[in-house]
Amino acid sequence: MPRGSSFDSKMGGRHAENPLKTLVRLMGYYRECKAQLVLALLGILVYSAATTLTYYMLDPLVAVLEAGTNADTARYSALLIGMGALYAIGIGTNFLFNRLMLLCSARIMCAMRKEMFAKMQKLPVSFFDGHTHGELMSYYTNDIDAVREMVQNSITQMLISVVSIVAYIGMMIYLSIPLFFVVIVMCVCIFYVIRIIGGKSRKNFQKQQKAISRVNGYIEEMMEGQKVVKVFNHEKAGLAAFDAMNGELCTVATDANTFANIVGPVMNNLSHIFYALICTVGVLLAAPVPGEPFLAEGTFFASHQILLVQSAALIAFLQYIRQFANRISQISMQFNSILLALAGAERVFALIDMPSETDEGTVTLVRVEEKNGTLTETARRTGKWAWKRENELIPLRGDVRFTDVDFSYDGKKQVLNDVTLYAHPGQKIAFVGSTGAGKTTITNLINRFYDITDGTITYDGIPVREIKKDDLRHSLGMVLQDTHLFTGTVMENIRYGRLDATDEDCIRAAKIANAHFFISHLPEGYNTQLVADGANLSQGQRQLISIARAAVSDPPVLILDEATSSIDTRTEKLIEKGMDALMKGRTVFVIAHRLSTVRNADCIMVLEHGEIIERGEHNALLAQKGKYHQLYTGAFELS
Amino acid sequence: MERKPTKKYQGISALLPCTAGYRLPAFFTPFLMIGEVALEVMIPLLMAALVDGGLYHEETYQLKELLSLLPIGNNLQFVLWTGGLMVLASLLSLTFGALAARTSAVASMGFAKNLRHALFERIQSFSFRNTDRFQTSSLVMRTTTDVNNLQNIYQQLLRIFVRTPVMLILAATMAFRINAELAVIFVFAIPVIAAVMYVMIRVGFKRFEVMLKKYDSMNGAVQENLIGARVVKSFVREKHEIGKFNDSADDLQKAQIHAQKLFSLANPIQLGIMWTCTLVLLALGGMKVIEPGSTLNIGDLTSLMSYSTQVISSLLMLSFLVIGLSMTKASLDRVNEIFNEELDIVSPKNSTLKVTRGEIEFDHVNFSYSNNPEVLNLKDICLNINAGETVGIIGGTGEGKSTFVQLIPRLYDVLDGAIRIDGHDVREYDLVELRDSVSMVLQKNMLFSGSIRENMRWGNPNATDEQIREACRIACADDFIMQFPEGYDTDLGQGGSNVSGGQKQRLCIARAILKQPKILILDDSTSAVDTATDERIRKGLRESLQGTTKLIIAQRIASVMYADRIIVMEHGGISDVGTHDELMQRSTIYREVYASQTKEVDA
Repeated sequence: MPRGSSFDSKMGGRHAENPLKTLVRLMGYYRECKAQLVLALLGILVYSAATTLTYYMLDPLVAVLEAGTNADTARYSALLIGMGALYAIGIGTNFLFNRLMLLCSARIMCAMRKEMFAKMQKLPVSFFDGHTHGELMSYYTNDIDAVREMVQNSITQMLISVVSIVAYIGMMIYLSIPLFFVVIVMCVCIFYVIRIIGGKSRKNFQKQQKAISRVNGYIEEMMEGQKVVKVFNHEKAGLAAFDAMNGELCTVATDANTFANIVGPVMNNLSHIFYALICTVGVLLAAPVPGEPFLAEGTFFASHQILLVQSAALIAFLQYIRQFANRISQISMQFNSILLALAGAERVFALIDMPSETDEGTVTLVRVEEKNGTLTETARRTGKWAWKRENELIPLRGDVRFTDVDFSYDGKKQVLNDVTLYAHPGQKIAFVGSTGAGKTTITNLINRFYDITDGTITYDGIPVREIKKDDLRHSLGMVLQDTHLFTGTVMENIRYGRLDATDEDCIRAAKIANAHFFISHLPEGYNTQLVADGANLSQGQRQLISIARAAVSDPPVLILDEATSSIDTRTEKLIEKGMDALMKGRTVFVIAHRLSTVRNADCIMVLEHGEIIERGEHNALLAQKGKYHQLYTGAFELS
Repeated sequence: MERKPTKKYQGISALLPCTAGYRLPAFFTPFLMIGEVALEVMIPLLMAALVDGGLYHEETYQLKELLSLLPIGNNLQFVLWTGGLMVLASLLSLTFGALAARTSAVASMGFAKNLRHALFERIQSFSFRNTDRFQTSSLVMRTTTDVNNLQNIYQQLLRIFVRTPVMLILAATMAFRINAELAVIFVFAIPVIAAVMYVMIRVGFKRFEVMLKKYDSMNGAVQENLIGARVVKSFVREKHEIGKFNDSADDLQKAQIHAQKLFSLANPIQLGIMWTCTLVLLALGGMKVIEPGSTLNIGDLTSLMSYSTQVISSLLMLSFLVIGLSMTKASLDRVNEIFNEELDIVSPKNSTLKVTRGEIEFDHVNFSYSNNPEVLNLKDICLNINAGETVGIIGGTGEGKSTFVQLIPRLYDVLDGAIRIDGHDVREYDLVELRDSVSMVLQKNMLFSGSIRENMRWGNPNATDEQIREACRIACADDFIMQFPEGYDTDLGQGGSNVSGGQKQRLCIARAILKQPKILILDDSTSAVDTATDERIRKGLRESLQGTTKLIIAQRIASVMYADRIIVMEHGGISDVGTHDELMQRSTIYREVYASQTKEVDA
């Protein structure tokens, strides 16, 4: 199956290729909530300023206390009230920006999901064929979750940290320049340590991730094949292979977790060490207090008063240093999750940027009524349709022709070769042949799930390329081998064929499909809720509903792709009547594995390696004693 | 890790054996953590001593007893010694912390390894009936996600569950030592925190559940659209689907805001509690400092503030851990279910019986998937199959064909009656011997990732390349295998996804033939194979496995019509047995099936 190469190179890569560009684009989503964002940013600024100031308040508070019994208690209370007020502001703004950022992130994620889903609906069938469901689901789970984590938490934390750090730096410079130099040394050390630990931890986590997916893949496979394992007495061998992988996972996971665990104590104690250093240096540099020995006596500092530290300022400085270290380690922790989120966002954007299914068609499908041999367009349901090309109305009859059609999925391997065929209105055309002969491909070309490489396909004389895809598909009904039903009631599932169908229409369609009987015996009849792809119905019953669904849409042309192959022959007989009723008066393309289902076709095409090797009606083909005869008699050996 | 099947595991009793081999690091981790915490708690004390003794030259300061032991001559030395001690304490604390990081990782990852092994081994010993009770996805989840959850909580238990309470106690003790009157403030803070957390958990959990449900249903909608992409497109329902999706995305958005609103409250409340404590400490403590004859120093006050932060954040941390623990409960229950699942088919002890001929006898066999005599899936089956005989089985879906054959290699056990092979009850054979002699190609069959050769060796680990090719020739697989550029070394991909349905079936038959079984059972194993190849396979089996008893379930009459005898099954019983010609005369069902497949052929 074809795969979009530029797109796939992005899948599976765990790191964003262009983090900055992705970040800018992600930030663009905040336009959804400009007002809230501005308010939240203001809140963050005020919050950071208020909390920074409260630490600064310690300076005057301590200064008051230093006076001992002569302390100015009135000033002390005033300062405390001021501090309380700052705390109150801090709490208020904290609540404000938390709530606002929550609203923002919820709205952004919602917008992003909608955009992604809408895009997915516009992608061509080749996209769905080229990726497993698991791969595609991971956009909605893993990738979006990573982005959500960032938009909801990391960005807020990051903003607070950055604003606070700037504020702390300002305050520290203001309090003491020499001590601030010690802080710079500390920063360099911390960044260096983070880089080493971070690098190692990232490498180990990647290894762990690989080992986990190996083990999980093996578990999945063995659980899936549990019954085969039993039948082949493969338990011991399976366990031995598992143990090898499991042991390897244990080794790499231990390393990865060691590094993850070590970050905390390292950051914590590094900050303690610097705390101790600054404390010591600070005491040494303390400005002389009357009556006490002056430690810096006779040194360089003593002669440069500006370099000395007031004891009260030292206490405040120590508070800042604590907070500063906390913020730095918080940033280092957020950083990883932001990188992860950007990688996820990049994948999401790659999906959103994929080229949509193109449609250059202009011919549309319209309802018409016929008066005195001339067609006029109408909005009423007349049961008559026509193609509208500019102002010309061409009645829809269901005449499909292939002329010298070549097709290849990947541009290399030719799947269809020079196929020419025609279906007159109301004819039943059957395709038979072994798997991979190109039967399904032909139907994929009629409804333009894929576009032909060479040749022409016309529909009522109009090249299908000129018909708008939606209108083209409206005119074709499909019943597939894998009947896919949706969560909802039986009625809703039938109505899927035509959204404005009344209940009566749906019931009538169910009767045509021979489904009415069993539906009315379901516990809640037509209102029975179908769960998980119709799992509470049998395969045959699901197939009947899907036939009813096609019937309600009342299409002029029908495509039945292996519609009955998963049903045993006796059940098929029950469905057959419904099928026959449905096919009456329509052009039908039918693909079948079982030759008994195609016997009464007007024309049977035998396909092999993408070519039609025999064509004709059943008896004529049998008389020809060729491939069809072989297939047919091979099945019954009645010669 | 031998587990007795009868023992019921509750709580963590099933997990304890899984710590084997990694108990030493687990044992040391808490001590290392305590060491780290104790030193961490020392640091504010040393700082207080430094400020009070070095800066303010107070007479009394923290840790005076300890510091006076040092050879301190003057104030400068005092400052340097105390600062040095602080650095030393941090380095030691770092060492303890780093060691604990390692030991806890070793202990918890080792535990996870053992647990995964135990679960895997346990599930491997499940019978079909055991497996039926769990869905594959749920078995996978238990061995992956649930183990992961348990491993994480174990690691946290070792580290934080010891660390946090110790931190709480030490920090509180220190605070009380410095000044008991001021430290009483914690006594007021604790119930407030407890109450807030309780409300958060009660209300928050419910809202989160609602949110997760919306999330699931939205993802369900996406999945449906992925599977049904062709249906959506062919009915041109893209806009309809987008509308449906947008509704559920909006629902999710609302639920998300509703749930997380609570948490945007949590942060300000925490700050409120913490800062209130700070203010009260400063107000009351400040007054105490300036009291005449006060024993409280400024350094003491700042350390009190440090301890207050430590105490309150420990309390918050503890309550988060409690939430984490309660969330792991579900994982624990799911894992216990695996260990508590009763194995219903076990091998008899010391059986040396061998299958020699391949005769099968069904003696009044009743069977029920639910073990309920009222709901029988097979009723009173009596039948003898001779060694070397080929028996076809025909019947509609759900009439009991697969059930019937699965009883022979004891994939399920009979409810009443007995099945005998070569005169001995199948329950008397060792399971490995029985299943090696009875080779079965399941209806829902599977290949595994790895090369074709590796997959074939499942049938016989010691098979030579020539034997493998021979088996593949009989199953008509050799031709297409040789067309692959890598031949027998072609990788099959997960679940054998690199070959087509018909090719897969042929490989599965070859794999079963390699066992050189006494009895070969094909359960609708050629449904995706074209009719001509189907016939060639049957011919190959007939010629190459002459002594083997063969049971063939098929949808196509053609696949069984040349069997020695054909069984027609209906409603869990044998409706008729006979040759093709006999059944054409006697059996209405057989005639009906035949007619549905051959109508108009003679025309």
